This record gives sequence, structure tokens and C-alpha cells, in this order.
Amino acid sequence: MNVELALPTRKDENFRYSDIAALGTVWPIVTEEIVVAEGAEQTLQIVETGAGAVARHIAITLGKGAKFDLRVLTAGPAYGRIAVDVRLAEGADFTLGAAQLATAEETLEIVTEVTHAGLNATSEQIVRTVLAGKSVGTYLGRIAVERGADGTDAEQSVRAMLLERTATANARPELEIYADDVKAAHGCAVGELDAQGLFYLMSRGLTPPQAKRLMLQAFIAEAFTGAAGEEELSAAAIARLEAIL
Amino acid sequence: MLKIDNLTANVADKPILKGLSLTINPGEIHAIMGPNGAGKSTLGYTLGGRPGYEVTGGSVDFAGQDLLELEPHERAAAGLFLGFQYPVEIPGVSFVQFLREAANAQRKGRGEEPLSGGEFLKLAKEKAGLLRMDMDMLKRPVNVGFSGGEKKRAEMVQMGILNPKLAILDETDSGLDIDALRICGEGINAIMRAPDKAVLLITHYQRLLDYVKPDFVHVLAAGRIVKSGGPDLALRLEEEGYEAVVQEAA
Repeated sequence: MNVELALPTRKDENFRYSDIAALGTVWPIVTEEIVVAEGAEQTLQIVETGAGAVARHIAITLGKGAKFDLRVLTAGPAYGRIAVDVRLAEGADFTLGAAQLATAEETLEIVTEVTHAGLNATSEQIVRTVLAGKSVGTYLGRIAVERGADGTDAEQSVRAMLLERTATANARPELEIYADDVKAAHGCAVGELDAQGLFYLMSRGLTPPQAKRLMLQAFIAEAFTGAAGEEELSAAAIARLEAIL
Repeated sequence: MLKIDNLTANVADKPILKGLSLTINPGEIHAIMGPNGAGKSTLGYTLGGRPGYEVTGGSVDFAGQDLLELEPHERAAAGLFLGFQYPVEIPGVSFVQFLREAANAQRKGRGEEPLSGGEFLKLAKEKAGLLRMDMDMLKRPVNVGFSGGEKKRAEMVQMGILNPKLAILDETDSGLDIDALRICGEGINAIMRAPDKAVLLITHYQRLLDYVKPDFVHVLAAGRIVKSGGPDLALRLEEEGYEAVVQEAA
């Protein structure tokens, strides 16, 4: 078992936007180790909707041709940190679909380090963040393609929606590539709800919270598309959106 | 049903409507025609309550209520429908889900029971059929990937489902081919031609009026109605152009 002992500070890049005081209440974090054998497939669904602080660190090792589908919904904690390290062997495939919804003074973060260690491995990360009030939402995503991991295909799609200008979104995608023939696409955007779309929906009778909720539901849907627990994840997200709006 | 009295409105601090008055009674169909920049779309958006369209004077009474006091969704629940010149695409939100929520939000606003899934689908199918629209299209995201004509027909399907008292249709005829124009025109007649309903058609051209016969035609120029008449006024405009008619009125 791997436990980091000293509480980090904000000087540590991986904790730069963290709520260190809240982190201290759940420190140290015990790393949850997951090993998926050659050719095996596994899924994991993390739903954190409690109000207290939560910090998790998950380390996933994927054998040759192994597949892992991870879905995350963080919606409720005053401080929520989900850190995921993934190491992919040849031909392995990793999917992350994550949504984090925050309001008031909440701080939520998703921190990933995806290492392509073998040939032709694929990874796809979709992260959607909705922020109201004075909340802070962060995505730090590092992709490392090691020497010899030719044929890597790594994608990151990161979008944040600010419901109020007082909220803060941080996104830092990083790529480190030491191989050839690598596809690494990343898209990153921070925006606000489309005013024209909102007026259109309201002109048909939807109340302002209903119109916003519908647009946000669509915004985060992509993170859960194709998940085994898609309906459950969507329902939990909608419940939180309704509380936030 | 609708009484607009001396309405003035600004967009981005620029006066666009400059004292517009218009009364529409139940059972009537009115057409507002006018050159580009006259304020036609501004009138529609102002009545719909779009943010950024600032009323600076005058009043609008809609079925006994002060329309200008109501939020956009309250105007819809009160029975106002705004058909958009450029219907907005909303990726990720299906028409069916959106319209069912909208219909039920309106019903709730009026203190009525919500429609069940089955009741709603039956209603949607009937109205889609009226506009010759495939139900499968309504399972797609709102207006995404629709052609100009499909968007306008989808607006009319929405109008059919929401069953308003007053429809303000902003250039519903733009972007339509001849067949779609006829289908939309027939749709408007089927949905809105009733003794307790009324329509305000905003248009550049006479052609929609071949299918939806107006009782009154008004010419809007520089933010005011400068001339009103019967259906023959639209024909005259088509022949002589706006300039001649506007100058004669001045």
C-alpha cells in the first residue's frame, strides 16, 4: 500500500488549486491500486455526492490489450479531489468520462496522469465542469507517451461552464511525448451558457432554471455516454443541477 | 387580445421602436410588412421579452395582463408564441424532451395537470403530421442539422403542440421553398385560425399571405406603423414597393 505522508502545499503543481485546509481533514490519502490483467476489461463508477471533503487517488495498471472504463461524478462535496494515474501497456484502452458540479465555495478537482508505456494504446478523457457561485473547478491532465510507445492515440476534451462570473475554472492539459506516430488531441474551453439558446427555451415556457438545467444536462451528457450506469449518473447529476440552479 | 399603445424600445441604447400602436382582436390575423431595418424583428423580440430589448415607453396589454411585466416563460404560459426567424440550434437537447418539458411547464403555470409521456407523444405526432414532419426528426437535438425549411416547419410543430392564443411569427416564410411555404401556411391556418386565437405575421413578402389570408395589413417603417389596410395593401406593396407607400403616408 502506498501512502503519501506529508500534506502537500500549493507549491506542488498537482495541488496548486486545492483547498489544502479541507485536504488536511482527509489526509493522508490511501492509493487505491487496480491492476487489470492482459486482455481483461473492467469498469469503475465513482459517484461522490456527499457534502464533506473527499480525496481519492486511484492507480490503474492496464496489461496488454486490457480495457478500463472510468466514470466520475463529483457533485456535492465542499472539497472533492479525484486523482487518477493510469499506465497502459501495448494495445490497452482507457476511457475517462467525468463531470464535476460545484457551487458556493466548493472546490472540485480532477487530476489525471495517463502514461502510454506500450505500442498502440489508446486513451480518451472527457471532463465537463459546471461552476456556480464562488466555486473553483480544476482539471489537471498529464499525458506521457514513453519511448517506444509508437502508435499512441490519446485524446482529452475538457470543457467548463461558468454560471456566474464569480466562479473559477482551471484547466491544464500537458503532453510529454517521446515516441513516434503519436496522435494526441486536446481541446480545452471555458464558457458561459448561450444566451440565445436560453431565451429560445424560455420563450417556449421553460422557467430560467429549467432552461439552464436542460442546457447543462446536454453539456455534461457526453461524459456519461456509453457508461453502464449512464442513467444513474445522469439522474444524480440532474438532481445536483436542480439544487444548484 | 393584444393592445400595443405607443410602444418605444431600444436595442443597445439605440431607439428602434418609436411609438408603435396596434390592436389585435380574437379571431384576427394581422400582417406587419416593412423594409429592412424598420423594426419588425425588434417588435417580435420585444413582445417575446428577449433580454437586450429595452422598453422605454408605452404599454402592452395581453388578454388583460401587462405583458411587459412578465418574464419570457410567463408570456408563453399566458398564451404567447414567438416563431423565430432564425430558430436556435441546441446540441444535446432532444426536441421531444424539450417540448414536453415546455408544454408541462406552461400547464403548471396555468394550474393544469401535466401531460403523460404517452399523451404528449400522441399530440406531438398529430402536430408533426400536420406539418408533414417525420416524428424521428423530433427525437433529434433541437434544430441541429435541420435545413432552413425544416427549422421553420419545426417552429410550426412547436406552435401546434403549445397551442397558444396569440402567435407572433417572425419571417416564417424566409428560407422556405414553394412546397414548404404552402405546408407552413396550411399549418398556421389549421393551428391558429379560430375565433379565440390571433396571429401577427411579420413578413417582407406577399407570398405567405397567399396561404394565410390576413384581415389587416400594416406597414412598419422607422419604428412606427405608417399605414394600415386590408389584404389589398399587401398586393399594392408587392407591386409598388415600400418606398412609394411609405412616402405617401408621410
